[in-house]
Amino acid sequence: MAVCIAVIAKENYPLYIQSITTENELKFHYTVHTSLDVVDEKISAMGKALVDQRELYLGLLYPTEDYKVYGYVTNSKVKFVMVADSSNTALRDNEIHSMFQKLHNSYIDVMCNPFYNPGDCIHSRAFDNMVTSMMMQVC
Amino acid sequence: MALKNDNEMRYGNAAEIHGVKFQIPHATLEKNSFKRADEGDKKQETKSPPVSPMCSPPASPSNYQRILLNYGYGKSRSGLEQQHGVPYEARHSTNLQDGPATGNYGSKSALVHSSLSRSLSVEREPQDSSNYPDDPWRITEEQREYYINQFKSLQPDLNSFISGSVAKNFFTKSKLPIPELSHIWELSDVDCDGALTLPEFCAAFHLIVARKNGYPLPDTLPETLLPDYLQPASLKPKRDCALLDSYSESLPVSQQTRDFNRTETSVEEMPDKSALTQDANSDDNQALNISTTAKTIPKDFKPSQHLSFKTVVQESNTLKARPRSRSYSSTSIEDAMKKGEEPPTPPPRPQKAHSRASSLDLNKIFQQNTQAVKSGWLPPPPALPPRPFVSQGPHHVTNTEPVAQAKSSYAEFRLKEQTEQVSEIELQPQMNRAPSQTEGSSPTRKEILLTQPPSKPIRRKFRSENQMLENQELTPTSSMTSSLPAVKPHLPAQNRQSSKQKRAIQTAIRKNKEANAVLARLNSELQQQLKEVHKERIALETQLEQLRPVTVL
Repeated sequence: MAVCIAVIAKENYPLYIQSITTENELKFHYTVHTSLDVVDEKISAMGKALVDQRELYLGLLYPTEDYKVYGYVTNSKVKFVMVADSSNTALRDNEIHSMFQKLHNSYIDVMCNPFYNPGDCIHSRAFDNMVTSMMMQVC
Repeated sequence: MALKNDNEMRYGNAAEIHGVKFQIPHATLEKNSFKRADEGDKKQETKSPPVSPMCSPPASPSNYQRILLNYGYGKSRSGLEQQHGVPYEARHSTNLQDGPATGNYGSKSALVHSSLSRSLSVEREPQDSSNYPDDPWRITEEQREYYINQFKSLQPDLNSFISGSVAKNFFTKSKLPIPELSHIWELSDVDCDGALTLPEFCAAFHLIVARKNGYPLPDTLPETLLPDYLQPASLKPKRDCALLDSYSESLPVSQQTRDFNRTETSVEEMPDKSALTQDANSDDNQALNISTTAKTIPKDFKPSQHLSFKTVVQESNTLKARPRSRSYSSTSIEDAMKKGEEPPTPPPRPQKAHSRASSLDLNKIFQQNTQAVKSGWLPPPPALPPRPFVSQGPHHVTNTEPVAQAKSSYAEFRLKEQTEQVSEIELQPQMNRAPSQTEGSSPTRKEILLTQPPSKPIRRKFRSENQMLENQELTPTSSMTSSLPAVKPHLPAQNRQSSKQKRAIQTAIRKNKEANAVLARLNSELQQQLKEVHKERIALETQLEQLRPVTVL
């Protein structure tokens, strides 16, 4: 399903990035990095007046031949980027949406930990488990 | 019987401990005991010591747990800075060797131990062997009491929460590394609301104690540390037992109730789990419904519903989509945000009025000075060459005389100008030197004495002294050289001029002194401001370092 999942902070540096290790990891890192531009574009396109109504789920950011990239932004400008395999056609939008919801919830759990300082890399085992479960779900 | 062997193991440990007053760190000791317990029944059988359980030292099933408790005490003591001087080993050894209190503990804990030792040695064994395997994740009664007391110290209401930041500060005192504390929090804060209820707090505390004893942290929360397991049990002994006297009586009661609860929970868990595995695969909505309904129930005491809620939480963490109460968790984040957004107000600007104005004043003063100088006198000659002349004046009597004669002919005021330019600091030692040297008074010295403007209070004295000296020296000087009488008639004429000059010089010097004082005061104030600004700068820099995000890749 998802081959790579990344959590990007407001300042556009990665808080957490994990990919299925079968393939070249750097490629996914690069993909995530380039997708940030699209995310920013989508955010700014909404305009400042619509910040409250802004949809958190950004949908398909851009497709390539091998995979598709989906994005999700929280209200504190923390971005979740998911790279999914294109060959998996059964994957529908609302499934991706629910996966992002799960990610968001797990991220909130991490935030609730008082020992976690916002801006640090995420080392939570629960978060790791959740992410690996999402990645391994279909693969 | 594996359990009996466990007990024997522990008794064996106690025997070892009793035999040797040891300084071995307890972490290793406990690790050994735990590892032995873990290795399996066979090894335990081979290692079982010949000590029979019945005549073993008292309360050894709770031995390691007492050790854990001691660690807990030790940690909290260090954290809370109570009576702390005693090292842990001494405390433990004394505790083991005699039940009754020593000065090392609080008396309460020692009494608890003594009562435990009396009551538990017989009562606990059969119960232990039947119900309690050697489980480091099980909280004993005294541990629970201790945790509850700690909870009360942080939050007096036992039904309420401890907020995240308070708990963070408290647990940081345990000196465990932050990632481990973070993991412990993750394990123990089951509902992930950024706050700890009493059972959650007990679980977290117990995990910390275990970790300090060297046990590796589990990946998931052990059953015995679950809030639903802890909660009904944690409250009943609290309610039932008065701590000291009726403790032994209530213990079997509480244990029985706990056993009952445990069996109840274990019975109930099984069907729930099987039902919930099916649920877990179903829609998210169901989990939502369950969780929202469970959330609406006050967090107190409905074991069955709690169970269903907690097991849902435990098993289907990934399906959580419940509304969250953020009121407890937002504090630390908000604080961090606020710190980033509101830079501290800049320090107050130093008043510029002083620096310029004072310099202007100085300039004015100097201008006045020079004007005063210029009004009646010749332009001041360079200070350097005459200075050694002036300083040498008191020393060399003979040399100055002819010079003095030459000088005296036209320019006593020259001398005065020189002396005026000489700094006050130099003047004063000269002044100090001058009266001290009464050997022979050269006329130049007298002139210098007269014309040198002394400091205010001293000046007048010196002036009077000078005049006295003058009068006194008039007689000795007459005997010194023949040239002296030639100098004498100059003196009265000199006096009039010198008085005027003196006054002028004195006023000028007074103003100089005032300016000097003002400047000195300014200097100190500015130095202080500089220090404060430095401090603020350092504080800002450290804040910046803290807020600066860690960049990866």
